Amino acid sequence: MNRLALFVPLALFAGLSLVLLLGLDKDPTELPSALVGERFPAFNFPSLKTEQQFVSEQDFKGDVVLVNVWATWCFACRIEHPKLNALSASGVKIIGLNYKDQRVEAQAWLAERGNPYQFNIFDPQGQLGIDLGVYGAPETFLVDAGGIIRHRRVGVVDDRVWDTEFRALYDQLTGSEQ
Amino acid sequence: MRLAVFFTLCFSVLVFAGAEVVEFSEESLRSRYQDLVEELRCPKCQNQNLADSNSPISKDLRREIQRMLEEQMSDQEIKDYLKSRYSEFILYRPEVNKNTWLLWASPVLIVLLGGLIVARHRRQAKPMESKGSQEAANDQRRLNALLGDEENQQ
Repeated sequence: MNRLALFVPLALFAGLSLVLLLGLDKDPTELPSALVGERFPAFNFPSLKTEQQFVSEQDFKGDVVLVNVWATWCFACRIEHPKLNALSASGVKIIGLNYKDQRVEAQAWLAERGNPYQFNIFDPQGQLGIDLGVYGAPETFLVDAGGIIRHRRVGVVDDRVWDTEFRALYDQLTGSEQ
Repeated sequence: MRLAVFFTLCFSVLVFAGAEVVEFSEESLRSRYQDLVEELRCPKCQNQNLADSNSPISKDLRREIQRMLEEQMSDQEIKDYLKSRYSEFILYRPEVNKNTWLLWASPVLIVLLGGLIVARHRRQAKPMESKGSQEAANDQRRLNALLGDEENQQ
């Protein structure tokens, strides 16, 4: 009994090490999303194309879409952009949320790099960003046909992220839709 | 000297972060604002509160809190508003729920556990002590006998 008790500190140490080891794999900059499973917030904002045209969540109702938060000041968005173009070409519907940006610069960006978006929401104050819990760009939300947010990615969506995080869920959502 | 420079630098940073002028219609809102921005965490910068952080998102959230205060929302409503968007991460004082009860209870549990261990140790130590003193008495008797023998011999 006493002999075994001598191993208690070792066991505690091993347990603690295991917990800390598992913690190493976690990304501390990734916040748990409060919005997965929630309805995409209602909004009514001008589109990026023109001030006169307003867009709202009704404009993508009934479709499975990606909502991509981007800005011209966001360096990672440059890296992400080709992937969005490819996804768009393969039939994925993407809505852009132009976040805290200048209209002219954003329009020039799309002209230069290609436009993967169905349309863009222009949010220079970051108001919709706050409603979505956005704390940086790029961020990408997968919204189902019922307008419910099903997945959120903070950071770049590249081939690996699409294959591991989005593809299965996206296929499932679009498959069940038909 | 080096220390003085260090402290000057420390405080200048603090002053810089707090230098933003915020206007309120009522003076009572200011202290509530101050409490809130000190207790809410910047979502972008991990270990700074909204008051200390200069990141754009913190500026936006400070402005948002100011707006909500002016709209007569309660502190709890403001916290709930931000929590529903940025998750519990934004609260530096997490609420008690099924994920955090262990965190909140752990100080009490650890003190109780410590008390239990100490109590057990004492109970075990007592018979050991009496046994020890018995042994000591035996030793003393043997010693006395030996010494006594020696004394007798002298």
